[in-house]
Amino acid sequence: MPLMLKNARCVDPAAGMPQPKLCDLLVRDGQIVEIGQPGSIRTENGLQHDLGGKLLVPGLVDMHVHLRDPGQEYKEDIASGGAAAAHGGFTAVLAMPNTKPITDSGSQVTYVLKKAAAVTRTRVHVAGALSLGEQGAALAEMGDMAAAGAVAFTDDGRGLQDAGMMRLAMEYAFGLGRPVLSHCQVESLVGNGQINEGVVSTRLGLAAWPAAGEEMQIARDIALAKLTGAALHIQHLTTAAGLEMVRAAKAEGLSVTCEVTPHHLFLDESALDETYNTNLKMNPPLRTAADAAALRAGLADGSIDCLASDHAPHAAHEKAVEFELAPFGTTGLETSLGLVLTELVATGQMSLAKLVERMAHAPRRILGLEPVSLAHGSIADLTVIDPDLEWVVSEEGFVSKSRNSAFIGRHLLGRATEVYVDGYASLDKGNVVEL
Amino acid sequence: MFAPDAESLAMKPLATKHLLAIEDLTPDEIHRVLDAARSFKEVNNRPIKKLPTLRGRTVVNLFLENSTRTRTSFELAAKRLSADGINFSASASATSKGESLVDTAQTLNAMNLDMVIIRHSFAGSPYILTQHMEAHIINGGDGKHQHPTQALLDLFTIREHFGHIDGLKVAIVGDICHSRVFGSLAPGLRMMGAEVTAIAPPTLMPAAPEVLGARSLYSLDAELESFDVVYMLRIQQERIERAPFPTLREYARLYGIGRDRLARIKPGGIIMHPGPVNRGVELTSEAIDTAQNLLLYQVNAGVAVRMALMYLLMGGGQDASDA
Repeated sequence: MPLMLKNARCVDPAAGMPQPKLCDLLVRDGQIVEIGQPGSIRTENGLQHDLGGKLLVPGLVDMHVHLRDPGQEYKEDIASGGAAAAHGGFTAVLAMPNTKPITDSGSQVTYVLKKAAAVTRTRVHVAGALSLGEQGAALAEMGDMAAAGAVAFTDDGRGLQDAGMMRLAMEYAFGLGRPVLSHCQVESLVGNGQINEGVVSTRLGLAAWPAAGEEMQIARDIALAKLTGAALHIQHLTTAAGLEMVRAAKAEGLSVTCEVTPHHLFLDESALDETYNTNLKMNPPLRTAADAAALRAGLADGSIDCLASDHAPHAAHEKAVEFELAPFGTTGLETSLGLVLTELVATGQMSLAKLVERMAHAPRRILGLEPVSLAHGSIADLTVIDPDLEWVVSEEGFVSKSRNSAFIGRHLLGRATEVYVDGYASLDKGNVVEL
Repeated sequence: MFAPDAESLAMKPLATKHLLAIEDLTPDEIHRVLDAARSFKEVNNRPIKKLPTLRGRTVVNLFLENSTRTRTSFELAAKRLSADGINFSASASATSKGESLVDTAQTLNAMNLDMVIIRHSFAGSPYILTQHMEAHIINGGDGKHQHPTQALLDLFTIREHFGHIDGLKVAIVGDICHSRVFGSLAPGLRMMGAEVTAIAPPTLMPAAPEVLGARSLYSLDAELESFDVVYMLRIQQERIERAPFPTLREYARLYGIGRDRLARIKPGGIIMHPGPVNRGVELTSEAIDTAQNLLLYQVNAGVAVRMALMYLLMGGGQDASDA
């Protein structure tokens, strides 16, 4: 059935609309078939939705999400994760392979893709493991996984420790035409680190986690990208020095990209205090305020290609423990867009056009996904944003199975109200639409 | 009803309900705790040491990490104040059956306790108790974070010896970065006006000792003569792989106190140690047995300081009957 979206303020730099432009847009058979001035498109049968001047952007993609399925469905599963994605304004996610068991074979990639197709409208893409069981000792069957549909490879959750193994993995992925996503971390420097090494770790008596361990592996992997030709994507960058290395690699013309999470942009170690809030325990950890400021600047100037949430759901009982016993991670799918709108767009630090580039176009480009734009012929993966909607992040407000958000209590301005995948709503008036 | 002395009975109760960190007390309140401790210390020297002060109150020692010394000290303090004391230790507890600290806290809370002393290997665990219990919570040592009652008994020892704390130069030597004793004592000393120097090899120094109120120094010899107090921390004799120093022998040679360094400690200066000592590592027997070493005085003061703290946290002069 055709879908007509009327009075949308469209933003898409890739379609020549860097500033919001009021348009009507007609979708048929999952494609945008017409876009034009309000009232210019001949009305026909089908659904009509007057957006009343809300923003319409190409569907957002979160390329760093833990769906916990298979194996830890009590934290999240593909259905609930897909719903959380829609609730947060995303049309697509990239599922990380550190499930239980690790997604390191073609049949497991097939499991995730088939289940996703059956239970959620959100497009779920799969990253396979680089090494068997993410153990770093032997290559996983990347060719088989690529054939099954894996779009990228990573040992996310940890860094591949052995440089020789990382070289092999990157060369092999290069041959398959898939990017390598790297969680950079020298484990021998992290030890049982809990939070960033510095004044807060000293005051709270928590084992310290130096930034150097991350920066060393970024340097190593950039050198390996040069050696192997592989497309390297640095995951969840946290430090100013790491960002400088990525900048230098890009200036050299290497195929190096990177992402940053909302928590590393909008929180820093000073948020940690004597209440030992385990929702602030992340891997990699919150760094300094200066690092966060450098990352915000890097996202605005394009040195950081994209925003990814590292959505890491955990059950309440797992986080309601002593800080040193709690698992790492915060949820992110449902707060990511609101945080960027509030902290960067509303404050004038980043334009809407850049938001679209960092949250819609760049992830697709990095992962080799089909581009989406607000233009004739594009697939109709669309996100509608109400930029004036004020809301407060609360435990009750999540559709994810888990509520371990580092941002509970934050007042935000703007959120997605409608999401369309292939022209079908996955979010309507702020409510998730069941498949 | 017992009054430690007329003045301390009139003392205001502490503003804080719990003692999780030394910073929960103001310098004035620290002085009040130490004043009360002095009275209780006198009681501890009597043939009959028991006072009815906390009669009817229930105090639980929730010791999830082994510690005979600290637990005994708290247990004695509670008993001497006539509180009903219960020990809830790791081996006997449900935590070994997978019960979470929150569950333990809620379970104990349902039993209407008045005070819980918690010792646990993880930083911040006393705070968790405050979120799930009505009782007063005392931190008996949480991971590498704080051990505020140790700091109070150390401050008591220093104040009794010198008559004051402000202006003193204190060296704290040893495993600074893993030490909850340092975590409370350094800021406590700073609050009371002392000058704190942390002395350790860089491998045993935290990232930012200055946030705890200490400057750092890597040599014990450099300024040894200048300190009024040389506080030796216990060295953990654990793993050999990635140990923060090559051998205990070398550690003792660089950071231990034996005959030679003992002779260089300034006249009137003192040595302290939270115990138990690794004889021959931090201190040789000579440096333990010298009158300048107040180690056993600290232990003795510990009971009185903990009595004072329990007494003041539970409302000072108010006793159970009029509470």
